[in-house]
Amino acid sequence: MDVSPPLGLLAELTHRCPLHCPYCSNPVELTARDAELSTQDWRAVLSQARELGVLQVHLSGGEPLARPDLPELVTHASGLGCYVNLVTSGLGLTAARLDDLAARGLAHVQLSAQGATRARADLLAGAKAFDRKLAAAAVVKASGLPLTLNVVLHRQNHDQLAGIIELAEQMGADRLELANTQYYGWALRNRAALMPTREQLAAAEPVVRAAVARLRGTMEIVYVVADYYEPFPKPCMHGWGARQLTVAPDGTVLPCPAASAISTLSLSNVRDTPLAEIWYGSESFNAYRGEEWMREPCRTCDRRTLDFGGCRCQAFLLTGDAAAADPVCSRSPHRDVVDLVLAAPGPPEMVMRR
Amino acid sequence: MITAESVPQLRRGVRLTFDHVRETHVLLYPEGVLVPNATATAVLELCDGVRSVADITAALSQRYSGVLAQDVLSVLSRLGERRVVAWT
Repeated sequence: MDVSPPLGLLAELTHRCPLHCPYCSNPVELTARDAELSTQDWRAVLSQARELGVLQVHLSGGEPLARPDLPELVTHASGLGCYVNLVTSGLGLTAARLDDLAARGLAHVQLSAQGATRARADLLAGAKAFDRKLAAAAVVKASGLPLTLNVVLHRQNHDQLAGIIELAEQMGADRLELANTQYYGWALRNRAALMPTREQLAAAEPVVRAAVARLRGTMEIVYVVADYYEPFPKPCMHGWGARQLTVAPDGTVLPCPAASAISTLSLSNVRDTPLAEIWYGSESFNAYRGEEWMREPCRTCDRRTLDFGGCRCQAFLLTGDAAAADPVCSRSPHRDVVDLVLAAPGPPEMVMRR
Repeated sequence: MITAESVPQLRRGVRLTFDHVRETHVLLYPEGVLVPNATATAVLELCDGVRSVADITAALSQRYSGVLAQDVLSVLSRLGERRVVAWT
């Protein structure tokens, strides 16, 4: 099949993070510091990515500010002509550090928040983070860079939705991403405590709709639905190996940020294989490209060009078969697995991410 | 109301650049990447936050024939709706 060059690179520089959010999508088995790619490795990854066609680089983690070489990597990615986005908890983002990163070509900051009030946000982050995020947002605004606030929604913070929107307005965010939890890594482990109720989602709908209308032209709001409650799956990654790739802290290259969960998939690493060879030729990136891999009901489904069969990682995690239809799909023979999860609200205890 | 006197500029965080891999101009912004057509690119290159739509039309007329202010306005309106262009 015809493979296009990738547009985006999610560079997970480290799994180290000062926060302990139980909804984290990082794998439960986190990469240790001594297994992380070196500065030279990351520079090579960025250079190869740009040659391959990558235009957007998301420097993420973990907390990317934990890497002392972050400024050098921003300079390098920006110098290559990439649009560089810093995905951060905001902890450690001082005016001096941000102004330096902006001067090096940083284009955009995506800041996370856990809740609308200090008490709730700090409880969910497992750290005293709320006030430091307010300070970080102020620093970003003062720098003139565009700011996106990203809030992962779940049963433990859906009741604060209106307050979260107010918080984003107070911060002066240009964009607000309200993303219902996607269940991978730590989030999957804590799914029982995180899954929102049908009532919470119903209550959120008019709140978001009113805010979108009220803030049009001022702050763009993106709402990511809770896919377990939907009749059809998300168009995960706009198709496997179609637009974006992820490089994990240890150099593993992933077609989807959660793909390390697919234990049947043989993943390649930038330490021993050029990125272009991985993108175009590797077993992992070709495994679920296009439609050849599809089975029924996806293979003849009229929605297959819209949602690509949903998420391969979710299919594997919930059915044991990465080539199955995403089981959130109402046409999947495994939809009962999802319905069972929704029917059995779990205990509120959460395992905090390490 | 957007008129010939309105002044467009690239919205904060939006960058217009040339991609030598795809050999085309690209618009980069927080949400993603857009590939503007040749007309949109020519218009966007003149969006400096100082020139008005009328000024941009005049500048384009120096290079191309048959440039109409209404067409430039229409291109810029569409880019405004896609959050690429802001009006000062």
